[in-house]
Amino acid sequence: MAAGHAHPLHLDRESPIHRLSPEVKIVSMLLFTVLVVVTPRTEFAAFGGYALLLAGVAAIARVPPGWLAKRATIELPFVLLAIALPLAGQGERVDWLGLSLSVDGLYGAWNIFAKGTLGVLASLLLAATTTMRDLILGLDRLRCPEVLTQIMTFMLRYIDVLADDARRMRIARLARGYDPRFLWQVKAFAVGVGALFLRSYERGERVYLAMLSRGYTGRLPQTTGGPAPAREWVVSAMLPLATAGIALAAVVLA
Amino acid sequence: MTPALRITGLHFAYPDGREALRGVDLTLAPGERVALLGPNGAGKTTLVLHLNGILHGGAGQVEISGMPVTPGDRKAITEIRRRVGVVFQDPDDQLFMPTVAEDVAFGPANLGVRGDELAARVDEALAAVGMSEHRDHVPHHLSFGQRRRVAVATVLAMRPEILVLDEPSSNLDPASRRELAEIIESLPVTVLMVTHDLPYALELCPRSVILDAGRIVADGPTATLLTDRELMAGHRLELPFGFDPASVPHRH
Repeated sequence: MAAGHAHPLHLDRESPIHRLSPEVKIVSMLLFTVLVVVTPRTEFAAFGGYALLLAGVAAIARVPPGWLAKRATIELPFVLLAIALPLAGQGERVDWLGLSLSVDGLYGAWNIFAKGTLGVLASLLLAATTTMRDLILGLDRLRCPEVLTQIMTFMLRYIDVLADDARRMRIARLARGYDPRFLWQVKAFAVGVGALFLRSYERGERVYLAMLSRGYTGRLPQTTGGPAPAREWVVSAMLPLATAGIALAAVVLA
Repeated sequence: MTPALRITGLHFAYPDGREALRGVDLTLAPGERVALLGPNGAGKTTLVLHLNGILHGGAGQVEISGMPVTPGDRKAITEIRRRVGVVFQDPDDQLFMPTVAEDVAFGPANLGVRGDELAARVDEALAAVGMSEHRDHVPHHLSFGQRRRVAVATVLAMRPEILVLDEPSSNLDPASRRELAEIIESLPVTVLMVTHDLPYALELCPRSVILDAGRIVADGPTATLLTDRELMAGHRLELPFGFDPASVPHRH
């Protein structure tokens, strides 16, 4: 679906991975992440293997490494936490560049860093190759409760309308000389948020009336397009299978 | 011939006691285009929401092509909502699905239309309003005039017998306003158009009715009503500056 949802996490490219049905990508990403998380933290080679697998997926999906790296910075707060662990950790210590580091803390930091990074990269790859709309469709086909997918669908449609409302209200405030520089000037902003909530609430009611007028009975009609063909499931199963293979090899050979 | 719409003695009061409709009688013949005029607060929107059974509970009756609107009967009300297509004033209220095509498919899908037939309905409705090439677009990225046209398409896809338009020309630039008029004129359905845009009413609707304080106070040829100064002034209706209905050539 070339829906053109301008979204900073989506990369509109032509690739075999972009063409896969959303539900197979979601399941594949989820299995990959679970396997990464259950791998013992001392299996360093296994994590290297996982990273290579993701690099392969990124290459097939034609997602540039720089693009991924920039968006992976969302992980930074966790990395900072991880850096603190070796310094604050208990037990046996090693000296490194004049710093006394806890061995257990170092392992803990590595654990967070490696698993976190792999998980974030996998999610980014999913987002890069799947539009928001398709993600919701995929969740729907995976039997995610309809209430949740409906809420997400509405959010997807109205988030921009809401942002526009907020922008217009802000411009109208600025036009009347509002120049929020100090904390006590925040009142107008807070009132604006309240007004925005009321507006959205009323819009919700009008949308519902308009839906009723078109025969809405409480269930959204089934969206067109069948479930993913078996071939796609097989193709996308390769990532979790390869991951499981690496994990097994690492544990058996160790 | 069975009238497309017959309203008899319709009353309605809101829960806070405010009386919005005090005995409305109105009959529309099939294929007629009628403008519903009236000042703000006259009860126009309340009347519109009675036509498909969203509001109900007062005295009186509404019939669509001979079928009474009975809000308790789910099956009947689905059929009524197919027959009466309401286009609301703000297209952002009407278009709630992520893409244009999905939104147009919403109404017919609620009626049980599926598969190829559904796709054909969507294509047909979008073609009727000249929006076929925008079918996969996000409603938010369309212009206001385009969104209004898609809103009309969402209703046309249900193949209605009566098209009810709430302020169809509001917020449109003159070109979009004219394009919408051409679309409305080309549709083979009965049209009830709620509007403050009196030149638009004169252009599109041979007949007009004036609703004020919950009653129909005038019913006749649009040109006759608009040139009746006393009637117009009595119901807070004013023509735009420089517009003289008598100088407009007859189109009908």
